[in-house]
Amino acid sequence: MSYLGMVTEIVPFTAHNGDKGQANYARPTTKEMVGGVVLIHHMPGWDDWIQEAARKLAHYGFACIAPDLYFREGPGSPDDCAARSRAKGGVTDEQVMGDVAGAMAFLRAQANSNGKVAVMGFCSGGRQTYLAACSLNHVDAAVDCWGGRVIVEDPADITPARPVAPIELTSGLNCPLLGIFGNDDANPSPKQVNDTEAVLKKLGKTYEFHRYDGVGHGFFAVDRPAYKPEQAKAAWQKVIDFLDKTIGPRARFS
Amino acid sequence: MCSYIVEKVALYGSAKGSSKGLAEWKSVDTAHVYFDHPYHAPLDHALGIDFINQANGGQDRIAIELSAETARELVKAITAALDRGEMEHAGLNQY
Repeated sequence: MSYLGMVTEIVPFTAHNGDKGQANYARPTTKEMVGGVVLIHHMPGWDDWIQEAARKLAHYGFACIAPDLYFREGPGSPDDCAARSRAKGGVTDEQVMGDVAGAMAFLRAQANSNGKVAVMGFCSGGRQTYLAACSLNHVDAAVDCWGGRVIVEDPADITPARPVAPIELTSGLNCPLLGIFGNDDANPSPKQVNDTEAVLKKLGKTYEFHRYDGVGHGFFAVDRPAYKPEQAKAAWQKVIDFLDKTIGPRARFS
Repeated sequence: MCSYIVEKVALYGSAKGSSKGLAEWKSVDTAHVYFDHPYHAPLDHALGIDFINQANGGQDRIAIELSAETARELVKAITAALDRGEMEHAGLNQY
C-alpha cells in the first residue's frame, strides 16, 4: 500500500561550497519518522521526469529531495540551465558530491527524518549515485538505475570534471547497493554490468543487481519510447522494497 | 545514455524565438549541437541544437530537439536549399 497524502515544495538547501541551492522536496504527510532519498537527475536536468520520480518516492512513503544540480546556471528555466551546463562540459564530480552531501544534510535536519538517507539516480545520475555511495560518508543505501561510465573504457571520458572512473572507488562502498539495468542497454552494456558485479563480489560488498530482458536504457521514463510497463513496474517494486529494507520502514496508508 | 558531447560551430546570422530573451530578432554567433536525451521531445534520444549569441554571454537560446531521422532529413534539406539557391542567385538556374 502506498501513502496517499504528500506535500511537495521547492526548498533552498546548502550545496557545495556553501552555495544556496534549490531542490524539490516531496514527503508523505505522515507523523511517522521516514527515511529520505536524494534523487539525482540525469543530464537533461531538473525536468518533469525527476519531479515525477520524487513524487513517486513520497507516494511510497519516503521523503525525497531532488536537487537542481544546475542551479548555478540560473536564472532561467531548467532546460535553459541544462543547456548552459552542457555547453560548459557538464558539472564536475566534486561539485555534485558536495551538492548531494548538502541534500543529505537537509533530509537529516527535517523533523520527519528517521536519520537514514539513500541516494538514487538515473543515467548520469546513476553514475553519480555509485560515486556518492563510494565516496561520501553516512550514505545508508544507494540505487543506481542504469548509470553509464561506472566502468570507463574510453580514456577521453576521464576529464578534469570527471577525473576518476567510479569503479576504481568501489573499495570505499560501505552501504547496500541496488542496481537496475536493461539487457538491451549499450551504456552500461550487459558486459559492463557483469564486470561491475564481479568487482563488487570480489570486494565482498552488499549489493543486488536486477537485469531485465526486452528493455534498454531508461525504461522507467513513461513519456519516451523506451518505457516498458511490465519491466518498469517490476523494477520499481524492487526499488521500493530495497529502500523499505535499508532506510525504512516506509510510511504506509492504513 | 547521457552524453557530454557538444559540437560547437561558429555562425553568422540572426534568430528569433518566442522566449523572453529572444522575442525579437537577435544576432547569433554560435550553435551547440548534441545528441542526448531530450528535455521535451517524446524520444529516447534527440538531436539538439541551441542557437546562441556567445558574444553577449550566451544566456538566451533558440532550441530545437529533433529525432535522428528527421534531423538527417533537415541536413539534406539545408544542403538542397543552399545548392539550389546559390545556383539561382548565380544566374545558373536551369529551370
